[in-house]
Amino acid sequence: MPSLKDLKNKIASVKNTRKITKAMQMVSAAKLRRAQDAAEAARPYAERMAAVMGSLASGVGQSASAPKLLVGNGKDQVHLLVVMTAERGLCGGFNSTIVRLARAKASELMAAGKTVKILTVGKKGREQLRRDLGAHFVGHVDLSEVKRIGYGNAQSIARDILARFEAGECDVVTLFFNRFQSVISQIPTAQQVIPAVFEEAGASAQYDYEPSEEAILADLLPRGVATQVFTALLENGASEQGARMSAMDNATRNAGEMITKYTTIYNRSRQAAITKELIEIISGAEAL
Amino acid sequence: MAATLQFDLVSPERKLASVQATEVQIPGADGDMTAMEGHAPTITTLRPGILKSVSAEGTRSYVVTGGFAEISATGVSVLAERAVPLDEMTPALMDQLIADASEATAVASDKDAADKAMADLVALRAAVHG
Repeated sequence: MPSLKDLKNKIASVKNTRKITKAMQMVSAAKLRRAQDAAEAARPYAERMAAVMGSLASGVGQSASAPKLLVGNGKDQVHLLVVMTAERGLCGGFNSTIVRLARAKASELMAAGKTVKILTVGKKGREQLRRDLGAHFVGHVDLSEVKRIGYGNAQSIARDILARFEAGECDVVTLFFNRFQSVISQIPTAQQVIPAVFEEAGASAQYDYEPSEEAILADLLPRGVATQVFTALLENGASEQGARMSAMDNATRNAGEMITKYTTIYNRSRQAAITKELIEIISGAEAL
Repeated sequence: MAATLQFDLVSPERKLASVQATEVQIPGADGDMTAMEGHAPTITTLRPGILKSVSAEGTRSYVVTGGFAEISATGVSVLAERAVPLDEMTPALMDQLIADASEATAVASDKDAADKAMADLVALRAAVHG
């Protein structure tokens, strides 16, 4: 039976924790709004980009001279997995779900005899993957200093990926991130970026191309990679805040329940102590 | 009232413009062009330069660093890598763009194209800030 003093301390400490989780939840809510706005603002660009590339690709895709980024380099031996996670924890299962998906994919590929390379974006994923897949790490992108994710961040990651592809270090590139669905649901997603995959474009207008179709496509594909990375980063950002918000909401609620429980125990034991004292006094008086 | 076409200017980070314009001047990679209502459907890449739209609200100019434009008979959508309204452009920001571009030039696989983009940017700086 804990003493009254212990209980009192316990209650005070849980109250403090609740204040912190409550504050974190509110901060996340504010950040989530901003992250959602950013994701929304980026959508028209990404959609248009995908549409134009889709119609271009369906025209050029079949020819032998098609760019490597589109059709691949004919091999699928070396897979580069780009695992995007958060820089910070305390956001529920956000990081674990991405890592789990990436790990499943990695072991599936390795079982098929492929070579797996991993590029991590965000500290948490790196920490979680280090133990079993640390040998496959080829690089890490640190975004902990970045306050607001800009297109520049995506570009430098894309440039890194493209350089590796061109140097023949990898044949297939897949992004792992959480797609934002709502505050309570984020969907871990694997998206292949090289070779590019498009939904089949519908019948589009006959365009004039200036310069040639191939030249535009060659210019566009690297941009497409950057755009996909950017979209993934933004989706991830919104998901992270959403996940943290619901995790902290749960924590706050739990803390509230704990406080109620401990307060009840505290009051009971206080009353028990008083009753005990009274009984002692009364029986002492009666004995006289 | 001249016929208009829908003009959209989007960059990866935000939508800069969406207006009914009478004409849009585009710095295409193979030369400038002006798109008006009824233009033949065209897709062109952009070189660093100034994009100008004329609409009922007046003439708006934007500095763009690259990307592409999709022109159809009824609309123009420009997807710019970086786009900044001309009146928000400062020499410092311009220098920043040039610095970014020279970084890209250093690692670019297509030296010619990168050098050309770089030259275009420097010329653009001269044109905007004298």
